[in-house]
Amino acid sequence: MQDIASAPLSFQQLILTLHDYWAAQGCVILQPFDMEVGAGTFHPATTLRALGPDSWNCAYVQPSRRPTDGRYGENPNRLQHYYQYQVIMKPSPPDLQELYLGSLKAIGIDPLVHDIRFVEDDWESPTLGAWGLGWEVWCDGMEVTQFTYFQQMGGFDCKPVAGELTYGLERLAMYIQGVDRYHDLRFNDAVGNRPAVTYGEVFLANEQQMSKWNFEVADTEKLFRWFKDCEAEYEACVAADVPLAAYEQAIKASHVFNLLQARGVISVQERASYMGRVRDMAKGSCEAWMKINGWAA
Amino acid sequence: MSADFLLELRCEEIPARMQAKASEDLARLFSDRLAEAGLKAGKLTSYATPRRLALIAHDLPVATQTVSEEFKGPRTSAPPQALEGFLRKTGLTQDQLEDRDGVWFAVVEKPGRATANVLAEAIPAIVRAFPWPKSMRWGDASLSTESLRWVRPLQGVVALLGEEIVPFEIEGIAADRVTAGHRFHFEGRVAITSAATYAQQLRAAHVIVDQAERRVIIEARANALAAEAGLELIPDAGLVAENAGLTEWPVPLLGRFDPAFLEVPPEVIQLTLRINQKYFVLRDKAGALANAFICTANIEAKDGGAAIVAGNGKVLAARLSDARFFWEQDKKTRLEDHARKLARITFHEKLGTVADKVERVAKLARWLVEQGIVQGADADQAEQAARLAKADLVTEMVGEFPELQGLMGGYYARAEGLPDAVADAIRDHYKPVGQGDEVPTAPVTVAVSLADKLDTLRSFFAIDEKPTGSRDPFALRRAALGCIQLVTTNGLRLPIAEGDLLDFFADRLKVQQREAGVRHDLIDAVFALGGEDDLVRLLARVKALQSFVGTDDGANLLAGYKRAANILKKENWEGERVPMATPDSQGIAQTGEEDPLVALDDAAVAGALQDHASGRPAYALEPAEAALLDALDAAEPRADAANAAEDFEGAMAALATLRAPIDAFFESVTVNDADPAKRGCRLNMLTRIRAAVNKVADFSRIEG
Repeated sequence: MQDIASAPLSFQQLILTLHDYWAAQGCVILQPFDMEVGAGTFHPATTLRALGPDSWNCAYVQPSRRPTDGRYGENPNRLQHYYQYQVIMKPSPPDLQELYLGSLKAIGIDPLVHDIRFVEDDWESPTLGAWGLGWEVWCDGMEVTQFTYFQQMGGFDCKPVAGELTYGLERLAMYIQGVDRYHDLRFNDAVGNRPAVTYGEVFLANEQQMSKWNFEVADTEKLFRWFKDCEAEYEACVAADVPLAAYEQAIKASHVFNLLQARGVISVQERASYMGRVRDMAKGSCEAWMKINGWAA
Repeated sequence: MSADFLLELRCEEIPARMQAKASEDLARLFSDRLAEAGLKAGKLTSYATPRRLALIAHDLPVATQTVSEEFKGPRTSAPPQALEGFLRKTGLTQDQLEDRDGVWFAVVEKPGRATANVLAEAIPAIVRAFPWPKSMRWGDASLSTESLRWVRPLQGVVALLGEEIVPFEIEGIAADRVTAGHRFHFEGRVAITSAATYAQQLRAAHVIVDQAERRVIIEARANALAAEAGLELIPDAGLVAENAGLTEWPVPLLGRFDPAFLEVPPEVIQLTLRINQKYFVLRDKAGALANAFICTANIEAKDGGAAIVAGNGKVLAARLSDARFFWEQDKKTRLEDHARKLARITFHEKLGTVADKVERVAKLARWLVEQGIVQGADADQAEQAARLAKADLVTEMVGEFPELQGLMGGYYARAEGLPDAVADAIRDHYKPVGQGDEVPTAPVTVAVSLADKLDTLRSFFAIDEKPTGSRDPFALRRAALGCIQLVTTNGLRLPIAEGDLLDFFADRLKVQQREAGVRHDLIDAVFALGGEDDLVRLLARVKALQSFVGTDDGANLLAGYKRAANILKKENWEGERVPMATPDSQGIAQTGEEDPLVALDDAAVAGALQDHASGRPAYALEPAEAALLDALDAAEPRADAANAAEDFEGAMAALATLRAPIDAFFESVTVNDADPAKRGCRLNMLTRIRAAVNKVADFSRIEG
C-alpha cells in the first residue's frame, strides 16, 4: 500500500478504485440515478431497496444537488452540485467497519499515519421518514464518510437492517490530493500529450450558472406549479400501483422544494408544511412498494 | 473460595457521551442480579472505552450458600391422600419427614449453585434489557424486529471467572476469553488470562482500558504541550472526558492556525475548536486567545503526528475561513437592515412575525424607562437596542452557530459604531438564561431584557399557550424566572402582571425562593395575602418574616397568635358580634338576621358600638386585659404605618410588642368567661390580634 503523499489519486481514479474495491466485496456497481436528488440516499437503490427481506449489496456514485449550498463557484468548499459515493449492504455484514477501513486503505489512507475515528452521528431524514444510528467518520478531524445502520425507512422498520456508507468525494479527493479548493482537484492524470484536467475546468461554469439560476432566475410560479403537478402525478401513480414511478414524483417534488427554498420564497411555517408533503409522498411510495412486493410492515 | 470475574462487552464505537452512564448501569444491574442470587462481590471496577464496556467483580464466592427450607405438612392423623400430596410437593419420602407433635414437617436442602451458572444466566439478561438511551438492530438477526438491541453492533463477549470461561451465548455470540486490541495498532486477537491480567494485556495491545487514566494522560500531555509552546490550556473537563471517550490510546498533538483568523471574535473561534472539532483552546500569557489548538489522536502516528496535525490544521482553516467570511459578510449590512428581514420569520402563527414582536418589545422597553421603572437608562437607547436586539438572528454567523445569538449582535453593533450601552444591551438581552446565570444590571440592558421576556409571557398567555406539567415548549417558566431575577436584582417597582399570569409568576417565585432555601411555609404565608403584583415588596415581606420568625419575639408571637386563632376557631368566632354592656349584661340576642341600622337606633347598642370603636368595653377590665388593649392600640397604628411605608421589619417589630401582653393575657385571663359580654370582648381582642398580625403575613400558614 502506498500512502497518499506518494501517489495521490485523481478524482476519477478515486471513484474507479472505490468501484473496484466494492465490486470485489460483492456489490452491484450501479450508475447514478438520472434525476436531481439531494443525496445518494434518495436513489431508489437505497431508499426502496432498504425495505424488504432480501439481500441487497450495491455501490454507485450519485451526483447530488443542493441549490442553497451554491456559492457561484467562489467558495473553496461549497458546491451546489457535487458527488457522493454510496454503498449499501443489506443485511449489514458483521465486518462492515473493517470493510470500510479497507476501502480507505485502498484509496491510500494509512490508518497508522492518519487519525481515523468513528464519532457519534445519528442520521435522520425527515423527508424520507427514515433514521438510523451510526457515525461520521473523521480522518484527521475531517468528516469523510457518513456511516449509518438504517433502522427505519419511509416510516417502516428495516427488516433486516442495511448498512449505508456515504463518502463525500470532493472532500475526500481534496484531502488525498492536498488541495485547498475544489477547483484545483486533479480530475484525471495526464496521458502522453493529453493533459490532466481540473475539477474547476469541468464544473466551474456549471456552478456559476446554476447558482445564478437557483438563486435568481428560476421562475417560482412554475416551481410552485411543478410541485403541485408532482403531487397530482404521484397520486395517480399510487392509484395505478406503480410505486417506483410514484417515488420518482416524490424525488422531483423534493428537488422543486429545494429550489423554492433557494429562491427564498418559502416562509418558515410553509417550510414545515412542504417538507411534510414531500415526506407523505416518500412514505406513501414506500408503503405502496411494500404492498406490491407483499412485505408486511 | 472466591474468584475474580471479568466481563467485557465489546462493540462498535459507543458514543462518548453515553459511556459513563453505561458503565454505571452495568455495575448496578450486575450487583442487583447477583444480590438476587445471594452473591456479593468484594469490589466492582468498571471500565469504558469507545469499543468496550468492562467490569471486574473482585472476590466473588464461587458458589452460592446452601439454604435449607422448612415446609409444614398435614397432621399425622390426616387422610393418606394429604400425606401423598405433601410428599409429591417436597419430593421426599415419608421416612425423611419429621413428626413434630402430630404434624409432618419436611426440611428441604437447597444446595448452593455454582456462581458460573448464576452468571451465565445473569449476563445475557442484563445485556438484553440494557438501558441505552438509543439502541439499534443490525445484521442477519435484524430480519426480526425482536432481535437483540445494543448501542451499536455487539461484537464479542469476554466472561472469565478465575481463569475459566463462563459459558453462555447472547444471540449467537458465545462468551470467550478472546478480545480485540487497538483498532490500528494491534492486529489479531488477545486471549485474556484472567481479570487480574486484563488491563495489562490490553495495554500491551495498545488499549488503555481505564477511562480515568486516559483522562489523566490527555490532560497532562495537553498541558505539557501548551507549556512547551509558552501557552496555557483553557481547562475544559467536559472536553477531556469526551476525548477520552473517543480514544483507546490518546495522543494529544499541538497545531497552529493562521493568526489572521484571530480578528474573528474569540467566542466564534472557541466554538469552532471545541464543538465542531473537539480541540482544546489555548491562551497566551496575557490571557488572549492563541492561534493554536490541541487535538487528541487515537494513534502514535508513524510520522510523529505531522500528517495528523497538518490535516486537522487544514480542516480548522476551512472552518475558520467560513467563520471569517460570515463575520465580514454580516458586517457589510447594518443591523437595522438585517432587522428588516425579521418580518419574514414567523415568531408564532398566532403572534405574527419576529418583527412584530420586536415592535412590541421596543415600545415596552421605552415605556419601562419613561415610567421610571428602569432608572438611569436613556429611553431612545432602550428603544433602539430593542429594535436591533434580534437582528443577528438573520446573520450568517448566527445561522451557523445559533448559540452565539445576542453575542454576535453585540459585536456587529459595536463594529458599526453604536453606543456601548446599546451594544451591551443587544449582547446581553437574553440573560439571565436560567438559575445561576448572570443577571444584567446595566439599565438599557435591563429594560430590553425585561421587555423581551414580559412580552413573550404576555403574548403566549394571551393566546392561552401556557405551560402544562412538563410541557413548556416556549420556555415560559424560564422567561418568568428571568423576569423575577431582573426585577429583584435591580429592585424594579412595577405591577408585573395580572390574572393567570400573576398566578404563574407567584408559582415561579415560590419555586425560586424554595430553591434559594426560604422555608416554603413562610412563602405561603406571604402569598396567602393575595393580590400582590409588586415582586420587590412581596420579597421584602418574605425576608422580614424570615428574620422575624427566627427571633424569640417572633417565635412567641407566633405561639400567641396560634393560641388566639385556635380559640377563635374553636369558638367559631368571627369577631363581628358586638358585645353589649347593658345593665343586665344580657346583650342583644344574636340571630344573625338583625338589620344593623335598626340596632343603631337602640341607645344601648349604640353605646356598645361606641365602646367597641374605642376598643374599651364597659365592664371592669382585668389588668392583663387592659394591658393587651393598650398594647394593641399602640401597635396597630405603628404596624399599619410601617406596612404602608413598606418597612416590614418595622411592622413586625411593632407586632413584637404584643408578645408580652399576649402571654400575660393568656396567663391570667379566662377568655370563656360566664359573662357573655366579657367573653365577647375577649374574643374580639383575640380577633384584633389575629387581624393585626395577618396584615404582615398569614401566620396561620407558618409551621411550628
